[in-house]
Amino acid sequence: MKKSLVDHLLDWSGRILLTMILGFVLLPFLVVFIASFNDSAILSFPPKNWSLRWYTNAIEYRDFGKGLVNSLKIAAIGATVAMIAGSGFAYVLNRYEFSLKSLLNSILMSPLIIPNFTIGLGLLILSTAASLPRTIWLVIGVHVIIVLPFVIRSVYVSLQNFERRFEQAAESLGAAPLRVLLTITLPLLVPGLISGALFAAILSFNEFTASLFVVNQSTQTFPVAMYNYVREYADPTLAAVSVIYVIAVAALLLVVHKFFRLEKVLNVE
Amino acid sequence: MSNEISPSVPQNKPQHPAVQIDGVGKSFSGTVALEPVWLKIRQGEFLTLLGPSGCGKTTLLNLIAGFLEADCGELFINRDLVTQVPPHRREIGIVFQNYALFPHMNVAQNVGYGLRTRHVSKAETAERVREALELVKLEDFADRKPNQLSGGQQQRVALARALVIRPKVLLLDEPFSALDRNLRTAMQVELKEIQTRLGLTTVFVTHDQSEALSMSDRIAVMSRGQIRQIGSPTDIYDRPQNQFVSTFVGDANLFSATFMDRDETSVRLTVGTTQLQLETYQDDLPELGPVTLFVRPEQCKLTQAGEAGSIPATVALTVYQGSYAEVHLDCAAADNRVMQRVPASEAPKAGTKVGIALPSRGPAIYKLNGEVE
Repeated sequence: MKKSLVDHLLDWSGRILLTMILGFVLLPFLVVFIASFNDSAILSFPPKNWSLRWYTNAIEYRDFGKGLVNSLKIAAIGATVAMIAGSGFAYVLNRYEFSLKSLLNSILMSPLIIPNFTIGLGLLILSTAASLPRTIWLVIGVHVIIVLPFVIRSVYVSLQNFERRFEQAAESLGAAPLRVLLTITLPLLVPGLISGALFAAILSFNEFTASLFVVNQSTQTFPVAMYNYVREYADPTLAAVSVIYVIAVAALLLVVHKFFRLEKVLNVE
Repeated sequence: MSNEISPSVPQNKPQHPAVQIDGVGKSFSGTVALEPVWLKIRQGEFLTLLGPSGCGKTTLLNLIAGFLEADCGELFINRDLVTQVPPHRREIGIVFQNYALFPHMNVAQNVGYGLRTRHVSKAETAERVREALELVKLEDFADRKPNQLSGGQQQRVALARALVIRPKVLLLDEPFSALDRNLRTAMQVELKEIQTRLGLTTVFVTHDQSEALSMSDRIAVMSRGQIRQIGSPTDIYDRPQNQFVSTFVGDANLFSATFMDRDETSVRLTVGTTQLQLETYQDDLPELGPVTLFVRPEQCKLTQAGEAGSIPATVALTVYQGSYAEVHLDCAAADNRVMQRVPASEAPKAGTKVGIALPSRGPAIYKLNGEVE
């Protein structure tokens, strides 16, 4: 059958709309990407001369290196702790009925409502009052509080979609509850757990506001280091850092995709 | 409820029931899913719980398996009280509708799962897994993952996994409903053969009446959380005790009738202007007055219009079905259209006036209570 004019118009307007949406989402990155190759020391657009010197500068700037190591450490430990604690909470919320369930649920979800700077400020005051040293563990604690709700949600959704028949089949075959958990439930939840940990790690890596309150010179995170840099210099180094950052996260997602299929991990299948 | 001895039970079985259900009932947040039921399942018996969705059959199955806790009553398996025993200590084999094969294990690991939980030695596990796979003709598939198998093969694996633990009772939860028609029939025959050979007490849950009729030693027909009739397939099909059973199992033609009179073995009624005298098998007859007369299509005959004792009707349409034709008839005395099957070559044309002759035994009468489902 031949396509009518209306079909053609719809077809083309659909394509244009899709391109516009994609462009809108990608526009900030595109601008930063181009600006990072600008030879001029002033963040101007579009660039007149091209250079890679801001990339060299970004790599050689010591605070970025230290901040990156801190952030990776915080993200890895924080995400692991949040995943273990969050899975436990999600399991309890999903499987058990108890009188204070809705209260526990709202407490666990409250970091979604309370702004990050409040959490940071609160823990800063608390740690000062208790004269806790401002070590990296304080930063990790703050990050765990912030990412926990996301992990709980992610694991909770996986549990919600979990086919209980698998567990019942295992039970009927003589497996006691702990054995069912270890040999059936956990192995089948791995994609959900990975997804929760991945979210947690990326959120933690991006977190800035709360961290600003609780870090010091030696524990500053990557975003805080970037913030401190931009307060002193206005050159395109940060654009170069952004490009490196985006490429690194994309590489991480590709690795996850290779091993676990991202659609499954992100529950969008 | 005659026909007490089923042919599939081997002779050396113990006499006590394999499963005894004493007044077990279950509600979910105030809604009754299962009224208290009493039921004894014999050793080696193939018992079917048949009913529409929401009739309580799956609830009863889950109670036997231990996935649900009974609100009241006691449950015995081989004379042991198991009401409070968790499912993993009941020694029951289950095949689910979607098979629930563990997707992260291969076929041999799936089948061997119940042996590993029992700490059976590696060598014996391997041997028994091989035997079980041989039983379901899947010896060559031990290393496959479940998603590499067809629906029929998955079902065989699920069956092997349930049988390998030598369960006291085998529970089947609509195991055929995901299979296509040809495969379903083949699997039914295969399952019935294995069950008979092993003399395995089996509880089968289904909403498909033809499955129930073809496979069961006894059928318990359920609706609204109650067992409405329990008996052999012949009992259920030929001698339904109430309107629900008569219409849920098999086809039925329903006529409005007036119940005039009765004696020891027969009843007299009028359908429209036709007077009938019928033998009855029913335990409970309704009161005299308006009733619904129920007849299986194959018990009726089409006759010439106006033949003595026949009910007048008009052919509305005929539907060709290959080996036979369905004749749909409009009949003033019938509640719905009457359906008859005749040899395709003898199908009358639409508009033909005919008579419907009823047999002198077979039909049943019920008080109409709007329970046709």
